[in-house]
Amino acid sequence: MAGALARVVQATKTHIGVVGPLVNINNGSVRFQQTQTKTKFGPLSDSDRVFTNLYGRHDWRLKGALSRGDWYMTKEIMLKGTDWIVNELKTSGLRGRGGAGFPTGMKWSFMNKPSGGRPKYLVVNADEGEPGTCKDREIMRHDPHKLVEGCLVAGRAIGAQAAYIYIRGEFYNEASNLQVAIAEAYQAGLIGKNACGSGYDFDVFVHRGAGAYICGEETALIESIEGKQGKPRLKPPFPADVGLFGCPTTVNNVETIAVAPTICRRGGAWFASFGRTRNSGTKLFNISGHVNTPCTVEEEMSIPLKELIERHAGGVTGGWDNLLAIIPGGSSTPLIPKDVCETVLMDFDGLVAAQTSLGTAAIIVMDKSTDIVKAIARLIMFYKHESCGQCTPCREGVSWMNKIMYRFVDGNASPKEIDMLWELSKQIEGHTICALGDGAAWPVQGLIRHFRPELERRMAEHAAAHGPSKAERLY
Amino acid sequence: MLSSLRTGTQSLWRVSSRALQTTANLQHDSLFVHRDTPEDNPSIPFEFTAENQKRADALLNIYPEGHKRGAMIPLLDLAQRQNGGWLPISAMHKVADMLNLPKMRVYEVATFYTMFIRRPIGKYHLQVCTTTPCWLRGSDAVLKAITDTTGCHVGGNSPCGKFSVSEVECLGACVNAPMLQVNDDYYEDLTIEDTKEIIEKLKRDEKPKPGPRNGRFAAEPLGGLTSLTEEPTGPGYGLQDALKA
Repeated sequence: MAGALARVVQATKTHIGVVGPLVNINNGSVRFQQTQTKTKFGPLSDSDRVFTNLYGRHDWRLKGALSRGDWYMTKEIMLKGTDWIVNELKTSGLRGRGGAGFPTGMKWSFMNKPSGGRPKYLVVNADEGEPGTCKDREIMRHDPHKLVEGCLVAGRAIGAQAAYIYIRGEFYNEASNLQVAIAEAYQAGLIGKNACGSGYDFDVFVHRGAGAYICGEETALIESIEGKQGKPRLKPPFPADVGLFGCPTTVNNVETIAVAPTICRRGGAWFASFGRTRNSGTKLFNISGHVNTPCTVEEEMSIPLKELIERHAGGVTGGWDNLLAIIPGGSSTPLIPKDVCETVLMDFDGLVAAQTSLGTAAIIVMDKSTDIVKAIARLIMFYKHESCGQCTPCREGVSWMNKIMYRFVDGNASPKEIDMLWELSKQIEGHTICALGDGAAWPVQGLIRHFRPELERRMAEHAAAHGPSKAERLY
Repeated sequence: MLSSLRTGTQSLWRVSSRALQTTANLQHDSLFVHRDTPEDNPSIPFEFTAENQKRADALLNIYPEGHKRGAMIPLLDLAQRQNGGWLPISAMHKVADMLNLPKMRVYEVATFYTMFIRRPIGKYHLQVCTTTPCWLRGSDAVLKAITDTTGCHVGGNSPCGKFSVSEVECLGACVNAPMLQVNDDYYEDLTIEDTKEIIEKLKRDEKPKPGPRNGRFAAEPLGGLTSLTEEPTGPGYGLQDALKA
């Protein structure tokens, strides 16, 4: 679940109503305090796209990757040293692409302290499982060298001796492409002993998972690499202190790692020139659901949601007016109704202002033919299936929500239960070790926030046809 | 609080016939305990083949000394592949042996992850994603087409023994929805006809071509690119000043 929606995002929820650039995020870095001058975002020109082989039209192997500019001057970047790389990343304003949106440069700088003789590790989170999200898959099967090179650059920046790429078990063909790319890089001397001739030793390993969404949470992922059940650990200690095999570890999303070499080559300022301040860069968007041409596309951050869908996904089926709601950032984020979709900007701050979140930027579009209650109920079933069972509020609460939601689908419920469900979701949110509980609670909250009349209508309809529901009689 | 007390006592006399204590309903779609069967019991021996033993050694090599346990998931996966797609209890014992761990440590991992299948399954494991993005684009119809053509219910094996059908959670190909995974391959952008055609081919043991079925290559928009129409830029394009020697 890609570290989904860590509590960093949650803290900003108190700023609901404050629009756009004024939303206050405590980044602790002066670089992000600049004022916003750019007002138009997107479309991106092809020469500014990072993932030039996103659609697999070109050769994905080493030769093709070299011709597209990968592994160019990697040695020089490595020789510039840790501080230079971390500084470029800080200048670029890159925020983690896995869902939580934590500034990457800052995350890497946490690794810059004495480790007491322990090795350091880089872990790449390729356990892409958030419903709606399929961006990392395209990187791994069509541009694997970007990821391998990114591992080396990131590894240099944090002083790691090896990278483990944790790829979800279902991505068998993607894992074998990646493995081929790694073997090519070893043979060409780009990684391994004296990587790229920089005097630095670095290994890259692939570890395939075995089908557990929860392993996308960083500490669960670490547990999983260690050969245990994927159950998240309590933090602190954070992985930067005690992570993989008890050593300092940084866990980053595939997209975050894969853009790092390009940022170093073209400069942090280039990357920061896209999108609004604090939300800068380019981003892979997945547009799925009820659109004419679902696709994955790289676009500038802060592009308006409507423009993104109309330009790249051929518009909503049956026209924009046929739109019912959109889930803007993967299944964990609350949905937004059509009137919000008209104006919202696709970036971290813009979506927080709309009481939702950018998450992994996986846009799930639902038109007016959708049974919206069933759509959310199906998501809750997903969370029920994927809860690791460690924390009681999530294990029991999500099962309850699942039962209640499926009664809501038929309307076999009491209107009083809507508030009960809201309360239940609030009791799950924030009371679990990891953010899966929050991710399960938010879709329900989004549904109640925006579609309460629809829920009540169904209940009234059911009551008219079948008499008062059992819940009505009992509560 | 008071009202729940009231309803509680009310329901007591109203349904007093329900005095028997029963166990909770099964909350999950698979059984977590092992039951000895003729096909799967600890007395059936399991050994890695010579070829797989080499692979196993390579897998063990990537984890640091003292943390060889990390190889557990890859080893279980290897054992499952060798055993025709499912994981018998003797293979778990073998892995526990190799890693020098109590058997319980392997059981808990094998039951936690959904890709370890602890019952005999067919040659083709059909996994249909029915999570919301696929459901929106008609995965229910795809699933129905599969159960109809294979004669197999969800979570079971077909009468011919060739197919097993599972309903799975998001497989990460959402822009290519609806989709189906057959063993390791993804079949995407399916219609009911495509699904039936795939099953028919599998019945004849031919391998259908994986990937999207509606004419596109990968995740690009169907009917014309909206981006990446130009040739990719070459090495050194837009290089920043600090790197120019």
